[in-house]
Amino acid sequence: MTQAPQVEDIKIPPIRNGTVIDHITDRQARSVLKILGVNENNVDSTISIGIHVSTTKEGMKWKDIVKLEDMELDHIAVSKIALIAPLATISIIRDYYVAEKFDVKLADTVVGLVKCSNPNCITNKGEPVTPKFFVEERCPAKLRCVYCDRILMNISDNLI
Amino acid sequence: MDFTNKDLVSIRDLDRSQIEYILDLSKEMVPYARGEKVKRALDGKIVASLFFEPSTRTKLSFQSAAMRLGCDVIDVSEMSMTSIAKGETLADTIRMVNAYSDAIVLRHPYEGAARLAAEVSNKPVINAGDGAGSHPTQMLLDLFTMKEAKGTLDGLNIALVGDLKYGRTVHTLAQALTMFGVKLTLVAPESLQMPQDIVDSLKSKGCNPIRTSNLEDAIDEADVLYVTRIQKERFPDPTEYQKVAGTYRIDNAILKDAKDDLIVMHPLPRVNEIATEVDSTRHARYFQQAFNGVPVRMAILCAIMGGEM
Repeated sequence: MTQAPQVEDIKIPPIRNGTVIDHITDRQARSVLKILGVNENNVDSTISIGIHVSTTKEGMKWKDIVKLEDMELDHIAVSKIALIAPLATISIIRDYYVAEKFDVKLADTVVGLVKCSNPNCITNKGEPVTPKFFVEERCPAKLRCVYCDRILMNISDNLI
Repeated sequence: MDFTNKDLVSIRDLDRSQIEYILDLSKEMVPYARGEKVKRALDGKIVASLFFEPSTRTKLSFQSAAMRLGCDVIDVSEMSMTSIAKGETLADTIRMVNAYSDAIVLRHPYEGAARLAAEVSNKPVINAGDGAGSHPTQMLLDLFTMKEAKGTLDGLNIALVGDLKYGRTVHTLAQALTMFGVKLTLVAPESLQMPQDIVDSLKSKGCNPIRTSNLEDAIDEADVLYVTRIQKERFPDPTEYQKVAGTYRIDNAILKDAKDDLIVMHPLPRVNEIATEVDSTRHARYFQQAFNGVPVRMAILCAIMGGEM
């Protein structure tokens, strides 16, 4: 006998094929889509977003959830999500079944995804340079600018 | 220890053994820095001195250090005299200077400029101060001055006084001092205290600094009083500067309860943070500190440019 779907699954219908990004930090779903470069203008399938969804996952009370139909994201692409949603989990769905499931994890450096929050940093002065950060802590993400050595404040406000 | 072609951009480029190597080499350089001995260890080499911000001591001591080692110096003093004024990027300027010299000494108003320069140059880059960021050669000459006066850096009781928010020398110095197990007291008005990310970095390295706005709290136990100027040019709002200007003034009265062998240091220029009456006391060490810029920068240039002593 099939187990009854959980309440949150009813709120956001299951997808046949695609990617489910679950346990996104509350109210960061749109920033996740921004990091992934996904929006209604460049995909030809449904994007479902759940915002402020209750969860029983340890360390979270509320979460966001994103479902991308007919799109399979690779590990490198989704690792970027850890910048703003370090507890997020990724499920690749094929014919309604979870074919792969993994957590997001930042690499040791973050390149070209966020700009430095220090207005006097050389990377904000029109030089031909891509912002780069060392990852000092992962949960939550703490980034240090490779150039000016400052800790990046407000990651989601500084997404490129 | 091989420093050849190594960049010196921030404290991240140095560990304790490398700092000690530079300090030992600096001591060897003292008679050459005074002109008592002559060694043209960098004969035939060229260092480019790019100062895009005003400087007296750093610029002159680097040039003196290079010349004492027989190294030629080419220089730019103002942005208005360069193609940067025509819209050229710093990256392109550095690529051009890279072709004309064997090492680049850079002071720049923007933080991270030296790291960018080091990325685009295949010649070594020495950071001579970038905005409110790093000033590693000042840090090394400060450590050298303390070690020469005290015989060791380990376990010293050091008070940093004044502008700890915008003062780049104290940021770099405080981080270096954590390698030597010092006791650190941060004396500043609340609005000019050490930025939290730097305090967090100090704590992560085992140093738990005491923060106070009261100079008297720190002075009687201190081995070193490191005084900085409250820098008017770093304040976005002049009224904020007026609120804190002249907060601390070191004079003989305030030093009466200090240890006999307390040394008073200052990266200079001073405005009125240290009364001139202190100059003639056993505590004053700031002019010696300024001289030490020459042997320390000789050691840095010699090590990085492959000179043989």
